[in-house]
Amino acid sequence: MRRPAFARAAVGRALGFDEARSLVTPEGVDLRLRVASYTERASAFIIDALIIMAMLIGFSLLAGLAAWGFHGSLGGEAASVIWLLGAFLLRNGYFIGFELGPQAATPGKRALGLRVIARDGGRLTADAVFARNAMRELEVFLPASFFFARGAGVDGALIALGAIWSGVFVVFPLFNRDRLRLGDLAAGTMVIKAPKRALRPDLAQEGPTAGGGVSFTEAQVDAYGIKELHVLEGVLRSGDRRTVAEVARRIRSKIAWEGPSDVADRLFLGAYYSALRARLERRALLGHRRRDKFDA
Amino acid sequence: MAELQLKSHRFRTEREDDWRRLERLLAKAQSAGAAKLSPAELVEMPVLYRQALSSLSTARSISLDQSLILYLESLCARAYFFVYGTRTRPLERLARFFAGEWPAAVRSLWRETLAAAAVGVIAALAAFILVRQDADWFYSFVPAGLASGRDPAASTAFLRDTLYAHPSGAQGLHMLATFLFTNNAQVALFAFALGFALCLPTLALLVLNGAQLGAFLALFGSRGLAMPAAGWLMIHGVTELFAITLAGAAGLSMGWAVTFPGERTRVEAAGHAGRRGAVVMGGVVVMLFAAALLEGFARQLVRVDLARYAIAGLTALLWGGYFYWPRRSAPP
Repeated sequence: MRRPAFARAAVGRALGFDEARSLVTPEGVDLRLRVASYTERASAFIIDALIIMAMLIGFSLLAGLAAWGFHGSLGGEAASVIWLLGAFLLRNGYFIGFELGPQAATPGKRALGLRVIARDGGRLTADAVFARNAMRELEVFLPASFFFARGAGVDGALIALGAIWSGVFVVFPLFNRDRLRLGDLAAGTMVIKAPKRALRPDLAQEGPTAGGGVSFTEAQVDAYGIKELHVLEGVLRSGDRRTVAEVARRIRSKIAWEGPSDVADRLFLGAYYSALRARLERRALLGHRRRDKFDA
Repeated sequence: MAELQLKSHRFRTEREDDWRRLERLLAKAQSAGAAKLSPAELVEMPVLYRQALSSLSTARSISLDQSLILYLESLCARAYFFVYGTRTRPLERLARFFAGEWPAAVRSLWRETLAAAAVGVIAALAAFILVRQDADWFYSFVPAGLASGRDPAASTAFLRDTLYAHPSGAQGLHMLATFLFTNNAQVALFAFALGFALCLPTLALLVLNGAQLGAFLALFGSRGLAMPAAGWLMIHGVTELFAITLAGAAGLSMGWAVTFPGERTRVEAAGHAGRRGAVVMGGVVVMLFAAALLEGFARQLVRVDLARYAIAGLTALLWGGYFYWPRRSAPP
């Protein structure tokens, strides 16, 4: 099997995508993955931390109840043994267990539509998952221990220095393009956005609005390019009434619209979208992708 | 006048059913696991995946429907990670780990292991000599909590008692063993992770660990209890110190890779060392589990020096043989 090669590509600028990292599959198609942002990763971590804490509290309550129920010191000891092992497993196994699963994501990551991948596009191995999560010691528990440490005089100064030093690890992902944290670096992994998207209806064929009795001259459809088409698609899909009205007004004045003035804004925009897309796609088939309205 | 049927729309209607079929299969595999897919579905998956990929590249060139392209990109990415993703069975993975991967990773770290061991031994020797010359040094190496009365102010009889303390029944031992295991494993993981910060913190941890050991031995040695104390330590210490040395070695190798990446890029070198270190660390956790059992049970229940030395020697032979006994290298 040919290894999929990664290369950076400033793709899709015309399409208005955020910066993509290209992953070329062995079949030769670029998947254009998008790197998860720092805030998304931090939010995912906070969700996971809350889940762990909730589990730990519930677990402690259960262990306490068990100890209380057994009365004897043997029951108490069994409960504390189980508690110690359970807390250890939870702290170290939660992330590893979920990231080894088929979705390669913890519940927090899943909630934000993220997943872990191997940076070379190959298989995500157990070693890599273990390595990236062992590093959490450095990124979470070390700064936390400095943060909660208290001291005066020289001790205080040392703690402050330690906090700054360990703080570097926390903000590390902000300083590289792929938002790698130390664990990703040590494991050769990265976190990408992998949302489930639904196939939405084609706006150009939506209901009777396509064409819908409204027609445009060639000069009128030539007013815009692909970038504007995509903005228009966004406006139509969002369905916000005020934006639709405003955009319709601007387009009417830009193309010097002289047709019937009683056409509803939404209907007008739908018709214009269909006409513009038909025109641009036909030109693209003939080899000319008109990037935006300034493109000849 | 606008065409009622765009070419891109026709393209979409012709293929839509296949995409939806792939989406359903992926959802099924994700919720129920790949094992729940029927053989026919498993065969169908890569075919549908390739169709979706070719749809994606066609759509990129002929369709200007942004949502369609985003949909296909997300569908293809999900299918890609399914088709080329890992689906090893956990048991098989564990077997491979113990049969070859772990010892191989440990062997490949022999330089770092020697260095980590040397650092520990030197620290122990230095602390030993210092404490023998001036017993007050003991307090700067060993915090009062860890010493729990076993300091130069204690009487010889008390020190001897701590070595052969009668366990009050078997109670408390489970708890002790569990605590030792979780605590040591956490510290070892921490030492490994710290290696990333250019080796120095890992070295500091190794020095601290070695110095405490040396200080304890010096204290007991000054009362003529060196041999029993060594037996008391080594019954689990062989396993535990070996594990700590390996954790330090894994941390050192990672710090070294970051500092001096050699021909590779820094990121590649770090990733390689990190994954190898992870294999070693997975094993270190296992070793610390064994050490905790020895410390929590065997040391409390076996109170004859000779037997303690025998167990220590046996564990040394077992680990040494397991890791370093020459064997045919496993196929990569």
